[in-house]
Amino acid sequence: MVSKDKNRRLLLQGNEAIVHGALAAGCRFYAGYPITPASEISELLSVKLPQVGGTFIQMEDEIASMGAVIGASLAGEKSMTATSGPGFSLIQENLGYACITEVPCVVVNVMRGGPSTGLPTNVSQGDVLMSRWGTHGDHPIIVLAVSSVNDCFSLTVRAFNLSEKYRVPVIILSDEVVAHTRECMTIPDQDKVRVVDRIQPNVPPEWYKPYADNNRGVPDMASFGEGYRHHVTGLIHDERGFPTQQPKEIDRFLHRLHDKITKGFPEIVLSKTIDMEDAEVCVIAYGSVSRSAMMAVKKAREHGIKAGLVQMITLFPFPRKVIDAALRQCKAAIIPELNMGQMSREINRVNQSGTAIIKMNRIDGQLITPDEILKKILSVS
Amino acid sequence: MVVEAEVIRQEYLRHDKKFPHVWCPGCGNGIVLGSLLRAIHALELPKDDVVVASGIGCSSRLPTYIDFNTLHTTHGRALTFATGVKLAKPRLKVITVMGDGDATAIGGNHFIHAARRNINITAIIINNNTYGMTGGQYSPTTPYGDKSTTSLYGHVEHAFSIAELAVTAGASFVARGTVYHASHLDRMLEQAIAKRGFSVVEIVSNCHVQHGRRNKLGGAVKMINSFKESAVPIAKAKKMSPEDMQDKFTIGVLCDVDKPISTEEYNRIKQEACKIDDYEETHKRKETKVKRHEE
Ligand SMILES: Cc1ncc(C[n+]2csc(CCOP(=O)(O)OP(=O)(O)O)c2C)c(N)n1
Ligand code: SF4
Repeated sequence: MVSKDKNRRLLLQGNEAIVHGALAAGCRFYAGYPITPASEISELLSVKLPQVGGTFIQMEDEIASMGAVIGASLAGEKSMTATSGPGFSLIQENLGYACITEVPCVVVNVMRGGPSTGLPTNVSQGDVLMSRWGTHGDHPIIVLAVSSVNDCFSLTVRAFNLSEKYRVPVIILSDEVVAHTRECMTIPDQDKVRVVDRIQPNVPPEWYKPYADNNRGVPDMASFGEGYRHHVTGLIHDERGFPTQQPKEIDRFLHRLHDKITKGFPEIVLSKTIDMEDAEVCVIAYGSVSRSAMMAVKKAREHGIKAGLVQMITLFPFPRKVIDAALRQCKAAIIPELNMGQMSREINRVNQSGTAIIKMNRIDGQLITPDEILKKILSVS
Repeated sequence: MVVEAEVIRQEYLRHDKKFPHVWCPGCGNGIVLGSLLRAIHALELPKDDVVVASGIGCSSRLPTYIDFNTLHTTHGRALTFATGVKLAKPRLKVITVMGDGDATAIGGNHFIHAARRNINITAIIINNNTYGMTGGQYSPTTPYGDKSTTSLYGHVEHAFSIAELAVTAGASFVARGTVYHASHLDRMLEQAIAKRGFSVVEIVSNCHVQHGRRNKLGGAVKMINSFKESAVPIAKAKKMSPEDMQDKFTIGVLCDVDKPISTEEYNRIKQEACKIDDYEETHKRKETKVKRHEE
């Protein structure tokens, strides 16, 4: 059973590694709807979840999947769904519900070419800003981008942990290349995996206030059916969970919702830098493209160019500190993306040092190659 | 009886928290609330084990006022949340309360699939023939010819019959009642909640403020009283001609069948999957050479 996976060195696809990560993090409920290039996640979980006492269900659409995921989380199970562009559009409604009701859950979006049905089997990074702003209203959300099979495992665990700790939906942005690339990885022993669970109330039920502030800004969360009867609503609510129209209460609630994430920045905002110590030119990339960028930077160094890489792992909240530092240090920053420049716009917003921001965009369904990035590096050096 | 009503009020209403409610005086939603509490009380369900979920609308405000695990979801989606709750914790009793627009327009797909899936959930649909909360636009159950704020020339579409839709979609138990026949409604709800499998109760109700006013159906009392004439017990209806049944509808149990319940089937799968030891074997992926045409 699960123990058989202990210390196993496996050749896995990104999608499969996400499944292993989810199970290791304690995911016990999955609802989904078939879609390329995410379907392997559903297929594999339909086999594995029942084996660990969990539940897999295929719903009638992605709206329903997201609803079921939230319902299961409210009943106490760590829950997840996985989809791609068209389905990601449909989950937005209930994603907002999870934000306002602070229900932990993980949503995987394996990006494919859009808009609409677009390019079902081709890679893209077209949903970056949608993952931040797809559901209506100001809302906090965490978005992590995976770039390798290893990432797919470890960042899925991380996504569940952050989601449980901060009571916020976490989006994992994968893409068709990461999803279907096979790489070797070692699945760690379960007791080596750090697993975080939501904090449950320990006060008597009659004292429980489901949305009361505390020093973490994250209220304790009771599951349905454990004696803590309470009300959950997508209307703005007071600390008892009931709808309110009091400007003071509204303001306090919405600020806490955002502040709890701000407080967690050091732990939430992740990035990786390679060869940045003395870099004069940097490449800022994420997802599968950061793999090409890594190779390009290595080759540039062989040409004697002081190039470095900033790999964004957390896309939102935006890793302002590391980007700001890179821009101040370098004379030029190259931003390769499989979209029209969604992240480069965000990066430009924090560019206070007048660094040249060089966009590199491919939207033909193909991955940007290391050589293309290398050429760009050479041209600005 | 009076004592019992007081017990129910004390036991199940969120007195200190959520009153006054948002409903118009005379709205049938209050009658449904009372009936639901009487049914739960009669079944002696522990409050901690009851989850009441709803969508969005006047009717969907109902769970706010009652002391269970309550879940006010998004418009039309109550059944999807309920499905997650029930599968994650099958020991919970899960009941949803929805409006006609909520359950059969925006939530219509979820409704028929919940019925088909036959998960152990009770769906209560308060049918007031209109979108009450948004100001009386036509809904999927607005009768042909009726006026609404979006059909001032008279409605040109035809109405769903909710209970019949549920039967066709595969629900285990389907009943219809009205807010006039309150004690009959108590029994229908009791049966539905006790039923193993997906159960549906369509409750014909009044929105005198929106639908009634525009169609000259009278105030709350007149509208509710009119159900006494228009509702016909199923057995009696069988002996009536289609002409006599014009502008009337049936009440009672339309369907009560026993079939496998998904909640239990899912459990069975877990038992069987747990027995499989060599689990890598079970999902050894068949590398398909077949080219998939994907969309
Ligand atoms: C996605 C979405 N679309 C529209 C609305 C606006 N809306 C709120 S309640 C409602 C209709 C409710 O009608 P019904 O379900 O029949 O319940 P009633 O108010 O009559 O009890 C609508 C359309 C919404 N909340 N969400
Ligand atoms: S608008 Fe209609 S449905 Fe809504 S509370 Fe008033 S009477 Fe009831």
